[in-house]
Amino acid sequence: MINEVLHTLPQVLIDGLTLGAVYAIVALGYTMVYGILELINFAHGEIFMTGAFVGTAILLTFAGFGWLASMPALVALVLVLVVTSVVTGLLGMGIERVAYRPLRNAPKLITLITAIGVSFLLQDIVRFIAELKNGNYILTGPSLFSGQIGIKVSSISSIFNDASVKSSFFIVLIVAVIMMVTLDFFVNKTKWGMAMRAVAQDRETAALMSVNVNKVIALTFFIGSALGGATGVLFAIQYGTIDPYIGFILGLKAFTAAVLGGIGNIRGAMFGGILIGIMEMFAAANLPVISHGVLGAEYKDVFAFAILIIVLIFKPEGLFGKVSVEKV
Amino acid sequence: MKRNGQVLLTVEHITKQFGGVVAVNDVSFDVNKGEILAVIGPNGAGKTTLFNIVTGILAPSSGTVRFNGTDITGKKPYQIAQLGMTRTFQNLEVFTNMSVIENVMTGAHRNMKTSFLQAGLRVPSVKKEEKAVEEKAMRCLEKVGIAHLAYERAETLPYGNQRLLEIARAIAAEPALILLDEPMAGLNDEESRWLVEVILQLRKEGLTFVFVEHDMETVMAISDHIVVLDNGVKIGEGTPEEIYRNKAVVAAYLGEEETVC
Repeated sequence: MINEVLHTLPQVLIDGLTLGAVYAIVALGYTMVYGILELINFAHGEIFMTGAFVGTAILLTFAGFGWLASMPALVALVLVLVVTSVVTGLLGMGIERVAYRPLRNAPKLITLITAIGVSFLLQDIVRFIAELKNGNYILTGPSLFSGQIGIKVSSISSIFNDASVKSSFFIVLIVAVIMMVTLDFFVNKTKWGMAMRAVAQDRETAALMSVNVNKVIALTFFIGSALGGATGVLFAIQYGTIDPYIGFILGLKAFTAAVLGGIGNIRGAMFGGILIGIMEMFAAANLPVISHGVLGAEYKDVFAFAILIIVLIFKPEGLFGKVSVEKV
Repeated sequence: MKRNGQVLLTVEHITKQFGGVVAVNDVSFDVNKGEILAVIGPNGAGKTTLFNIVTGILAPSSGTVRFNGTDITGKKPYQIAQLGMTRTFQNLEVFTNMSVIENVMTGAHRNMKTSFLQAGLRVPSVKKEEKAVEEKAMRCLEKVGIAHLAYERAETLPYGNQRLLEIARAIAAEPALILLDEPMAGLNDEESRWLVEVILQLRKEGLTFVFVEHDMETVMAISDHIVVLDNGVKIGEGTPEEIYRNKAVVAAYLGEEETVC
């Protein structure tokens, strides 16, 4: 049994890293907003989905005009990422301004229900527009990086099987790492990053230090949503087909990743995302083997969430979270 | 009470009601540039409420507050802070999730010109400004005597040093006026003496202070002018000597003198 698990390990790690990178960046959006507002923005998965649709729509438009063929794939990708990031960033800011800001002093449950409402609204708006344009809400975008690369892992050790990766794997991973490192630097080393951390800890004190709290919160939504939208583009490029409901389950898993890493902790969200991605792919590849055929690959979600429950039983604040002391 | 000097802050007929309770009742006073003004009074006199009105945390029920010639009544706290007024808190409010120097750099937020876009793109002017702000933050920490702790996490500092950190963060904004809410609370004698020294040194550099304090020894030692509140009403105002001789103030603090038969 262990041999069979080891055979698939290289492929599991590659697929897990790809999916984990996507979870990690979406998890950042959840954790940033929670850190600053103590709000679980359940519409964030739909921002990711909107990003996937906006990116795919731009690529299809380029292809329709014949520009895609004459344009280097990397240039097209950068262009699409930038435009999508701005669009979804502004969408996130708009949602905060219209749906969340008026409820900032309302009970948390009301804001949570509003977030779920916004989530359904975005799903249906995107579905409506997609059906209007294409007669179908399931979209398949043009393939930017379609090559397959074989990795001869068996030459290292005969225990492992060879692995294959789409060339887009490297793009997804590199772009994801760049986004995560840039965000980490921004939050920890810049004026606005410090303002964000100050507001996250104590809004009133930050305001008395001349920090415009509303501006910082809007900025947080912009960054989180821009990253989420860009990740939607990466997802569409890597997995090809998208629909208006991809954001729901993926958003739930990304939220799980944020909780696993320690909600409110940016590095924790990154780690949690990659961990969930690898665990999910490990389960998909090995559950039938481990359970002697009782559980199929479709039980991979159960495996990931079971790990989450176990972690939270023993470490309720998450892997990187801090135990919060409540003063009474 | 009019005094010679350039007026920096004017509190005019300020009243604040919470439901039927009048926390501050028709209080007026001026703060002159370069002076140290103390606001004193028994617990529940309305001192912190007054501070919260001046800094924009609370809006007054009536009356006006003018700072440097600008009407700041009802302005948001960040807008008032941007005009050059900072404060410290009765209960410590340092950002424990940051290092000591980052706390002070956050205090300098109003003087940093970097936009979000510039910060994201890391244009050369941003690096230059960040370096300058870090150097300024270090100078502020030197002034209060905790520069050696600059890269420690703020939460690891002992109580007295966290008080000093609040002062450093306040002066990093290059304010015209600093409001100190019970700065001596929880400090031992040595720490109190050092903090008094720091405040007097900063005053020499041209800063103006308004502070709330229960430690009367400190109040009498460093104040140029004192305003006394009791039950939300101003019952006295003057120099430390005048306040010391004011019967209404003595009564408020010690209770009415009783005639012994």
